[in-house]
Amino acid sequence: MNSYRLNHLRALEAEAIHIMREVAACFERPALMFSGGKDSIVMVRLAEKAFRPAKFPFPLLHVDTGHNFEEAITFRDQLVERLGERLVVASVQEAIDKGLATEDAGPEISRNRAQIPTLLNAIEEHRFDALFGGARRDEEKARAKERIFSFRDDFGQWDPKNQRPELWNIYNARIKPGEHIRVFPLSNWTEMDVWQYIKLESIDIPSIYFSHERDVVIRRGLVIPISGFFPPKDGEDVVKKTVRFRTVGDLTTTAGVESPADTLDHIIAEVAAARGSERGARMDDKKSEAAMEDRKKEGYF
Amino acid sequence: MTAEAKAPAFNSDAYLDMDLLRLLTCGSVDDGKSTLIGRLLYDTKSIFEDQLEAATQASISRGDENVNLALITDGLRAEREQGITIDVAYRYFATPKRKFIIADCPGHVQYTRNMVTGASTCNVALILVDARNGVIEQTKRHSFIASLLGIPHVVVCVNKMDLVGYAEDRFEEIRKEYQAFAARLEFRDVTFIPLSALGGDNVVHRSEHTPWYQGASLLHHLENVYTAADRDMIDARLPVQWCIRPHSEEHHDYRGYAGQVAGGTFKKGDEVMHLPSGLTTRVASVDVGGEPISVAFPPMSVSVQLEDNLDISRGDMICRPGNQPAQGQDIEAMVVWMNQDALSLGKKYALKHTTREVRCVFKEMKYRLDVNTLHRDESAVALGLNEIGRLSLRTTAPLFYDAYRRNAATGAFIIVDEATNNTVGVGMILGEQA
Ligand SMILES: Nc1nc2c(ncn2[C@@H]2O[C@H](COP(=O)(O)OP(=O)(O)O)[C@@H](O)[C@H]2O)c(=O)[nH]1
Repeated sequence: MNSYRLNHLRALEAEAIHIMREVAACFERPALMFSGGKDSIVMVRLAEKAFRPAKFPFPLLHVDTGHNFEEAITFRDQLVERLGERLVVASVQEAIDKGLATEDAGPEISRNRAQIPTLLNAIEEHRFDALFGGARRDEEKARAKERIFSFRDDFGQWDPKNQRPELWNIYNARIKPGEHIRVFPLSNWTEMDVWQYIKLESIDIPSIYFSHERDVVIRRGLVIPISGFFPPKDGEDVVKKTVRFRTVGDLTTTAGVESPADTLDHIIAEVAAARGSERGARMDDKKSEAAMEDRKKEGYF
Repeated sequence: MTAEAKAPAFNSDAYLDMDLLRLLTCGSVDDGKSTLIGRLLYDTKSIFEDQLEAATQASISRGDENVNLALITDGLRAEREQGITIDVAYRYFATPKRKFIIADCPGHVQYTRNMVTGASTCNVALILVDARNGVIEQTKRHSFIASLLGIPHVVVCVNKMDLVGYAEDRFEEIRKEYQAFAARLEFRDVTFIPLSALGGDNVVHRSEHTPWYQGASLLHHLENVYTAADRDMIDARLPVQWCIRPHSEEHHDYRGYAGQVAGGTFKKGDEVMHLPSGLTTRVASVDVGGEPISVAFPPMSVSVQLEDNLDISRGDMICRPGNQPAQGQDIEAMVVWMNQDALSLGKKYALKHTTREVRCVFKEMKYRLDVNTLHRDESAVALGLNEIGRLSLRTTAPLFYDAYRRNAATGAFIIVDEATNNTVGVGMILGEQA
């Protein structure tokens, strides 16, 4: 009987809801890491499916680099308002001011590394014991091996050689005091699945995902948005381009793509034909092929 | 391929209506597993240009002549250095018909635990055989594990056919050898395909090199394996995971018992029984996100509201009065041990089964199984890392279970060491004294 078929998006949805409820049941202080990007927006929709008509049994946690796309912050605040859920903001600027974090060294301003101590500090302060992250295994090779329940020691570190076996849909949620886990409900989703789900569920996303005109410079072949934080370098020409962004990372490390895609259908068609993976648009990953693995071991998302 | 040419397939309703197929790849080192996966990803355009570039760079720095497709699927740094895969890695690709999740499992001796892990969620196992070597000890071990974990569909990929001159005789020889051995295993179907992962023969398209082969290409086969019957649609089972209680004016009396359907169907009006109480009531509503839906079936995550107010909590089971799971504290199971510290009889462990957490003690070891010969060693008293045995155990509270063969979702459990919190073993419950 065809009515008992579950298509791949609904199957992924069912898996993610199960994961979220399991965390809610097994941990005392979970939080959902909300970056304002499409993956975390999809997680929020899944949390609605898992827990409505009740409130979420956890707050949203935004690690705020201060280098935001304005559109993304406005979107965040409106979403939180509509949901009536709690938002906890962990500010990288504050962490830097307190001497807990330092700006990344190097030619590019980046607060990617500074997010790590900021996050770990927030975990300690709020005594979070489980954090939902929107990472997907298709994003990067190191992630392809990460468990859905990914165990962190009391320094927030991930040990790829020493992961717990994870079988069926039975998750081992036991931790010692001071330890925490990262949980990735979207582990088995691809970028395409996320876009298709956004379409299927008519989910609102920030406008920067859709093509728009913006001042940019072209640097080493990448389309870089220009802002107060990130002015053009000497000799660079600022040009107006029709661009969109495939990730809503730190404004200073997120490159755009030149694209006319201004609707979900166009974006989906573009993703289908894409020849650069999503992370390719993050400048910090270019540093080395093993860059992600190194940062993960340190406690990066 | 241009955007226009490819977009329609992904934009059509057909794409939104794709199935999800989870498959496992296993083979011993150098059988060509990484090359085959790289080939599937490459030929279905699931590799992005920058990932290909990274693999190309890595190939050049290793001194490989051509782009090594195997490097696309290679993972962590330590493995890159050793040139081997040491853990389960997950890969994704899609065709307009299906989305595929590959659990890529290691081939060498000491990693049974990884294969068991990868196998636990799969519908299909791809078992690689090097056409020159035929069925070897590891082929048998991988097949046995696939069968133990209840994977219904097996595809024996006879790889490197180019190195045996695409000879039909050799293929047939391997097929017969495998069939003779697999007769003892419980697969629903076994399919044989002659391949060259390196050359792409019979991977996506049927090859001109094997005119004698009448079957489908590997990808075509994977797109069409019939998996709808793999689920248990008969025994209604909802392990209660979480109770939704809004505590708000508007939803004052709302109580939703949430969980992932483990078997059968649930809809409004169904008479249901709650375990352990044994009380019966009816389903008032089946909801997702607080909105009613018409029917729930596996593997949907839903919540149900009931007509009567029963005392229900996490770890309980909702089923039908006329079709209840077995319940009890004495369990017999096949156990796979996954830790350095051997299983000890008499020691207390934590056990998690569906959403229920109890403690348990292993009482008796019936036998240890040699995964290569399937020989049962009844004199064995311990189960070490990567060993498999049949044991009886007793739990501190009853489990509501079915035989794993009938329903994996209510027949599987994990064992956790309470001192280290590590998952040290897993079990599959046996039926009424099989
Ligand atoms: N001639 C031939 N060589 C192959 C074929 N498939 C893989 N190989 C080679 O066999 C070696 C091992 O392949 P690899 O994919 O790394 O094996 P794995 O250890 O099973 O992942 C590599 O040198 C491959 O190029 C094939 O179909 N024909």
